[in-house]
Amino acid sequence: MSGADFLLAALIVVALYMVSTSRLAACVRASALQGVILALLPLALEWSEGPRPPSVHVAVLALGALGIKAITIPWLLRRSMREARVRREVEPMASLHTSILAAAGLVGLAFWLGREMVSPFPVASPMLVPAAIANVLLGFLLVVARRQAITQVVGYLVLENGVFVFGLGLAGQQPIVVELSVLLDVLVGVFVMGITINHISQTFDHVDTTALASLRE
Amino acid sequence: MNPAVVIVIAVPALAALAATFVREVRVQLGVLIATAVVHLLSTAVLWRDGASAPATGLIGLDALGLLVLSLVSILFLAAAIYSVPYLRDGTHDEAAAPQRFVPCLLAFLAAMSLVTVSRNLALLWAAVEATTLASAPLIYFYRRPGSLEATWKYLLICSVGIALALLGTFFLGVASTTPAGDAPGLGIDEMLAVATRLDHRWLRAAFVLVLVGYGTKMGLAPMHTWLPDAHSQAPSPVSALLSGALLNCALLGILRFYEICVASGDAVFAQQLLLALGVASLLVGASLLLGQHDYKRLLAYSSVENMGVIAIGLGIAGTATYGALLHVINHSLGKAALFLLSGNLLRAYGSTAAEDVRGASRRLPVSAALLTAAAFAIGGSPPFGPFVSELTIFLAAMRGSTPWLGVLFIVLLGVAFVGIASTLFPMLQGEAGTEPHRPERWLSILSPAVLVLAVLALGIYVPSGVDVLLQRAVGVLGQ
Repeated sequence: MSGADFLLAALIVVALYMVSTSRLAACVRASALQGVILALLPLALEWSEGPRPPSVHVAVLALGALGIKAITIPWLLRRSMREARVRREVEPMASLHTSILAAAGLVGLAFWLGREMVSPFPVASPMLVPAAIANVLLGFLLVVARRQAITQVVGYLVLENGVFVFGLGLAGQQPIVVELSVLLDVLVGVFVMGITINHISQTFDHVDTTALASLRE
Repeated sequence: MNPAVVIVIAVPALAALAATFVREVRVQLGVLIATAVVHLLSTAVLWRDGASAPATGLIGLDALGLLVLSLVSILFLAAAIYSVPYLRDGTHDEAAAPQRFVPCLLAFLAAMSLVTVSRNLALLWAAVEATTLASAPLIYFYRRPGSLEATWKYLLICSVGIALALLGTFFLGVASTTPAGDAPGLGIDEMLAVATRLDHRWLRAAFVLVLVGYGTKMGLAPMHTWLPDAHSQAPSPVSALLSGALLNCALLGILRFYEICVASGDAVFAQQLLLALGVASLLVGASLLLGQHDYKRLLAYSSVENMGVIAIGLGIAGTATYGALLHVINHSLGKAALFLLSGNLLRAYGSTAAEDVRGASRRLPVSAALLTAAAFAIGGSPPFGPFVSELTIFLAAMRGSTPWLGVLFIVLLGVAFVGIASTLFPMLQGEAGTEPHRPERWLSILSPAVLVLAVLALGIYVPSGVDVLLQRAVGVLGQ
């Protein structure tokens, strides 16, 4: 098992942990851990054919992921949590047991899809496609199965991380400007969501999104 | 490359930055109008020079991009002029921070312009996501619980949807990579150059993800759930831009991938999916228009319905493609006019509930007359533009292999018309009530009047410049 394989497997395990916990602080910490893994991943993929000094492109990408996904975003989320004074997920839409069962099914689906969708070129790691799809699906599960706005943002991040992993595995690299603008969008996105969460907690005195259901037919 | 292509992004972006440092709303409005005028002039220069896409590079403009950019530019100036009385007198009592309005609006313009000139699919994605982030604070302008709910749904649903579009973009990257590992990158032109050798399984998966992702943002059913909330809770000039300009930007994202599908010989697959989502949107939009009591939500559902019309036109393909693109123009102009006029009603009556508005013809005679015309236009009645574009799509459907689709199309359009008319027209009739009348201000009427005249003109004849642009845009889509 190469370093990249190990990191990708760890990414799935961390996402599964997030689905299984109801403590928000643990969820946010886990998302920071995912950020660290994503920062190491470009280096590990680069070193899959033997160690060598990282190219400027890979170094910038790794630092960008570390700064944004491992440090800044978790900090923003913790700040929102403090201001909204929430600690746990109370009565999620789907119970934790149901979520965990669903998560297991989704990971299975991800590995099946990873085998079905044969890449036209040799990918750096056999875990790449399954890990990317598993994170997308588990992130989606967190968004729909949880009621706290902050957990939903974490779910969005897990989904986004899955997409990021997939982008890393592409043989053709994008111009660094484009990759950084994608990272920046996620950062600003979480920032704007964080502000919105603060307004929700001030208006409703909590951040349970089931209260946000007055607009309907 | 034409410097005007850079100006349409850079000037609004810099103006947005500058406006954040100005606390005086009056000065901000000056910056807003000046930027809108510069933007429109740059777009006019691009019209004069003719759009030609460069073979490489991150930004450039083709006919399709110019079509969407022109609508963005025209509607932005219309909304900017309309915003002047909107922000200057007490309409923002409830808003805690009117100073945020202009910077966000300008950033929104910069992001939409970037969408129209992106020649790289990942950059296009980043620009579409930026439009979401710039417009979210605008939806929450009034700081009511309802607008907060709308903003949250908009942010979360659109961000998640758009993340799928990015995954689809990367899938296309996989589809274009050779077994030896050579990849052309995510440039649109590079992708078109290798379209014939794309891996079809990955290409199809990419198109599905992109259609769901950008389709969420475009308001296609069943991913439309956020749209009626956001479009009805936003201030009226913002609603006009969300509905008239932003939906087209999301459509452009889908069309870029459609272009590649056509070039790779997978057109039918893409068309069938567009058709399915188009019919679903028309069905959902038309049925929710019936018995709708909130007139801003009514206009929002009409947008879902019209996006369905456009998707159906693209799905039928052939001559219907021209009809679909013409409908993009007609819907934008007509719907923006309607949203601006709804703002005049909202200011006079203080309610978005249709039953609270009576006697508008007496109280707001000019707005009411324009509203009647615009409602007939969006309802698809002659002599307005949408009638022509919908007729083009209908005739293409009847001539093609799917006449049942043409029949369904016309029936649902009829249902939609009844829905719009039965809610809007009673608001115009009746006694005006005894509340003191405020005279209508010309700045609140100017923009919608020009837009209504434009949509009327397009119903009578399509100017040759617009016709040429549409033909070339149809050519870009390979039809």
